[in-house]
Amino acid sequence: MRSLLAMAALRRHGARTVLAVLGVAVAAAMLLCMVMLSAGLRESFRELLLSRGFQLRLSPRGTLPFDTEATITGATEISRVLRTLPDVTTVSAVLGGQLHVERGGESITSFALGVNPAAQGDYELLSGRDALAPDAMVVNDAFLEATGVQVGDTLDVAAGYNPQLRSYSGERRLVVSGRARFLYLAAGQSAVALRIGTLQAMTGRARNDEVSLFMLRLKDGADVEAVRRWIQGHVPRVDAISTAEAMQRVDERLSYFRQLGFILGAVSLIVGFLLVTTLVTVSVNERVGEIAVMRAMGISRAHVVQQILLEGLAISLAGAVMGLGLGLVTARYLNSILSAFPGLPAAIDFFLFQPRSAWTALGLLVIVGIAAGIYPSWRAATLPIATALHEEAVA
Amino acid sequence: MTLLLGARNLRRDYQLGRGGEVVHAVRGVSLEVEQGEYVAIVGPSGSGKSSLLNLLGAIDTPDQGELTIAGRRIEKLSDRELTDFRLRNIGFVFQRFYLLPVLTARENVELPMAEAGVSRADRRARASELLRYVGLERRERHRPTQLSGGEQQRVAIARALANRPALLLADEPTGELDARTGEEIIALFERLNSDGTTLIVVTHDEGLASAARRVVHMKDGAIVHQEVSRVRAGNDDTGAVPSQK
Repeated sequence: MRSLLAMAALRRHGARTVLAVLGVAVAAAMLLCMVMLSAGLRESFRELLLSRGFQLRLSPRGTLPFDTEATITGATEISRVLRTLPDVTTVSAVLGGQLHVERGGESITSFALGVNPAAQGDYELLSGRDALAPDAMVVNDAFLEATGVQVGDTLDVAAGYNPQLRSYSGERRLVVSGRARFLYLAAGQSAVALRIGTLQAMTGRARNDEVSLFMLRLKDGADVEAVRRWIQGHVPRVDAISTAEAMQRVDERLSYFRQLGFILGAVSLIVGFLLVTTLVTVSVNERVGEIAVMRAMGISRAHVVQQILLEGLAISLAGAVMGLGLGLVTARYLNSILSAFPGLPAAIDFFLFQPRSAWTALGLLVIVGIAAGIYPSWRAATLPIATALHEEAVA
Repeated sequence: MTLLLGARNLRRDYQLGRGGEVVHAVRGVSLEVEQGEYVAIVGPSGSGKSSLLNLLGAIDTPDQGELTIAGRRIEKLSDRELTDFRLRNIGFVFQRFYLLPVLTARENVELPMAEAGVSRADRRARASELLRYVGLERRERHRPTQLSGGEQQRVAIARALANRPALLLADEPTGELDARTGEEIIALFERLNSDGTTLIVVTHDEGLASAARRVVHMKDGAIVHQEVSRVRAGNDDTGAVPSQK
């Protein structure tokens, strides 16, 4: 009977109830977006970092991977030392650089990665063959589009370019052996990958055996932190960063996103709370006579409280369900805009949907729905019956 | 006869606003009502009739005095106990009917029974029985807005009888009705009383007051006069109130 009365009370002013539900739906959509934003970026980074199974990254001391052009010298010796560690299964050395291709009188610059194709964690081969040969390279779609070449074509590339003199250095003739998707690059950024020895030779970094980064894959169940500490203490000139530590640094850098998400999420909850409280309070005020008569008949305070709480909860739940759908559509749209942010890996999602996000948003809205009914239900339950009836009669 | 209600020296004062004038709505009223009695309380506006009825119906608490209904000392009950007492022992009929517009006639009658924990099947059967008693068996599924004023008041009376109350209180039950419909309600009250219901009615309606066995006159919050209007002989009812206490 309580739920029947609650639903009937909401149906009595159907248009008003629908408007309130829509209002809550908008607040719920915003809340879901903010919950997805606050957790999504971090989770997306974590998934990206772990996507190829590398748990440790070694960068030149005092830098983050590819933060500067600093390099680690003596790479072969360091690789040898790292491979002696019992928990290390794969050592992948990476050198970053640029590659220039002249097409139609213009120099097209691409990001270049020197890797060991057999143990790399930077790209996924989509078609063709990997860059196993010293004169082979894999490229992404942006490179193919910018240069107009196809897989199998041979072209002249250079590691250096002087725009004043329009002269090239470190030139090579390479074959495009395959097409790949680069995991850490921004959408639309032209990129190639070739053997690390080839890129070292082209860029003049072979003499000191320089690399930009090492990525380490460990055995299942290995103590990542212990390995990291050992490397930090025994390998000079490098900083070893675990995925957890990288996430911590990402967290620090993205803390303002979370703060923004928290503030806007809180605002949407407050708006939803005020909306439901106002609607239910107005509804109670319109029914003072009815409520007083119910109490006079012997309907308990608990019954009245439950009925009013149910009204608030029903509005919140209906709004939440609509809002979750609306939030997903909005988040997808916003994600498509923000993913084009310059310098960010294309694989990064700002708004990552996880069932936990939906449950969190729904849970918060249920709490808000119940809280929103507290004041009007308290008001209804504590009505002085005789006074309320007298005032109704006079009115 | 058994004493159903005993009020002794009831007082009720109201303050008009914070720090405002104090109105002595009920001043030392004592009243006894026996089971099966039909009492009308009459008097000019502001004489304290409705305030007294609120006290007798346990929806307001006296500032002073004692009130016993069906053997229970009302002023000693907690709010929860009072609510339960009203649910099971007192039926109310109001001038403005106060049916819940979102419920059908039958659902309105079922409401107090649902609160009392009566099973769905039992309360549905009793609601139908009571609506038949007040002549609205064909209006069970109508909502209040689809009923005339007289019909709404009859549904309200059926609702008041739902939990078989020991005492039925009515505050100006004909106040919102035209003369002919008012007479129908008066007749229904007479029939209820003939069938054993104890009635206390506050009214300006002379017809309704004259139907009562005893008329209590109030003025300035006090009972100034009581009279036995007539002793009704005979019984012209058409059937007892269903399962009345």
